[in-house]
Amino acid sequence: MIKVENLTKKYAGFTAINNITFEVGKGEIVGFLGPNGAGKSTTMRILSSFMPATAGSASIAGFDVFEKSMEARAHLGYMPENVPLYTDMRVTEYLVYRAELKGVSGRRLKERVGDVKELCGLKDVENRIIGTLSKGYRQRVGLADALVHEPDLLILDEPTIGLDPNQIRSVRELIKNLGRHHTILLSTHILSEVEATCSRVIIINRGRIEASDTPDNLRRQLRGAGGIRLEANPGKDDGVAELQKIAGVKDVTVQVDGEWKLFLVRADANADLREEVFRLASDRKWRVRELSQRGATLEDVFVEMTHAE
Amino acid sequence: MTKFFTLLGREIKSFFYSPIAYVVMCFFLFLTGFAFYIGVALLNRGPTDVTVVQAFFNTILFWIAYLLIFPLITMRSFSEEFKLGTIESLMTAPVKDWQVVITKWLGCVIFYIILWLPTAIYFFVFNWATKAESAHAAGAYAGSYLLLLLMGMFYISVGCFASALTKNQIIAAIISLVMILVLLFAGLLQYVMLDVSGQLRDVFGYFSAIEHMETFSQGIIDSRAIVWYLSMTTFMLVLTYQVFQSRKWKT
Repeated sequence: MIKVENLTKKYAGFTAINNITFEVGKGEIVGFLGPNGAGKSTTMRILSSFMPATAGSASIAGFDVFEKSMEARAHLGYMPENVPLYTDMRVTEYLVYRAELKGVSGRRLKERVGDVKELCGLKDVENRIIGTLSKGYRQRVGLADALVHEPDLLILDEPTIGLDPNQIRSVRELIKNLGRHHTILLSTHILSEVEATCSRVIIINRGRIEASDTPDNLRRQLRGAGGIRLEANPGKDDGVAELQKIAGVKDVTVQVDGEWKLFLVRADANADLREEVFRLASDRKWRVRELSQRGATLEDVFVEMTHAE
Repeated sequence: MTKFFTLLGREIKSFFYSPIAYVVMCFFLFLTGFAFYIGVALLNRGPTDVTVVQAFFNTILFWIAYLLIFPLITMRSFSEEFKLGTIESLMTAPVKDWQVVITKWLGCVIFYIILWLPTAIYFFVFNWATKAESAHAAGAYAGSYLLLLLMGMFYISVGCFASALTKNQIIAAIISLVMILVLLFAGLLQYVMLDVSGQLRDVFGYFSAIEHMETFSQGIIDSRAIVWYLSMTTFMLVLTYQVFQSRKWKT
């Protein structure tokens, strides 16, 4: 559905995205992750033909976004960051206007506008002026706009930013349902959202793709990142010093609770050091109350990959 | 073509959704009404060979009111889209850049025509109340309003160009006002450059809006002015199109 090859975008003075290549297949829901300024919005704007790339190529449904921009746009439902809307129009009026611009006409227009209002829960506010709507409703109007011409592909730039937890949940449900019939590329900062909705994650940092895999695989790759939790009474030993001597240990933090100490041992990626820690504890005759591996979350993966060196 | 009319409809409606349309209309009708009153008062002073049409369209009051409306009409056309960010949803829909430029310009022109319609009443009222004629011939009305349309098309294209340069409406208004005033002043140069060649003075006279109005309000339809305004409008629209495209590439 989306094909991006060696895409580069340079602004005066800095490179926003640097030679990235990825593909999104039909029916996938792909999460686009990265810290602020990593190049997510830039990539999405190029895909939506809003601006051209400096080098490389991108295509949507087989149409180059630059050469065959009109066809590419017709296949795409795009919701820009912060959902810009005409605040002086009414909801239905706006959706009709947008549908007409996207070439929907006649009876189908009426049907589609009715359908997307239903789907996005806009029935209650269909006659309200957009400027008077809350952020959550505006977000839904933006989503309805992206859907109104039945595009094969949806590109959503931070669809849940600025919403309250209930609204986030309802938008997330909506996206999940849409994923049955549409290909979706969405960017977000909320990692739980990606875990809940996406079949694949692309992590981008400083204009480069750091990883592209399923959330599960990413977590597995980074098993060690979560670290080991050891609650023990090391007696006369310090504890931290001994733990740090184990090969592969990155750092050890400790919380003291009377004579018991809670150690959090962070190891290099892909290392499972539970056995070594156990051996150390039994050799030094520490009393142990708990030894466990804390699973890596997507957040750990994200921080690991995008943290500044 | 449907898309073209959809865009155009949105442009025209957007005037009437904001208070701008009503404020500009009130302001404009008040000032032109006042200018008309002054024109009639001038005729009342004594015998003269000018008609009401000429007296109305050739006062300084008319020009002040007239030139001020263009920044007001055009300043939001592109600037507001840039400011709200709606340019992004607009330009990612399958519409072409030239469609956007032309419909924004045409929307302003149509609003401008709506703005002028009520002024025709002045002349009916004058004819009815005084039993005299506003003009010697129908051509004077036709000439005056034709020139208003031509000048409007051109000044609106200047305003659209200014609006395409910035997302700040105030800056857009200032740029367009200055450009329009510079054009007006350039037309006045012929009166002050007395020691330069007559040919150069003629060149400046050729694009003097004030001079055009003097001619057209007598009912003389001068094809040179028509060519000038149409070609300059086209030129400004091409420039606007270029600026609009380059703007898209930078954001």
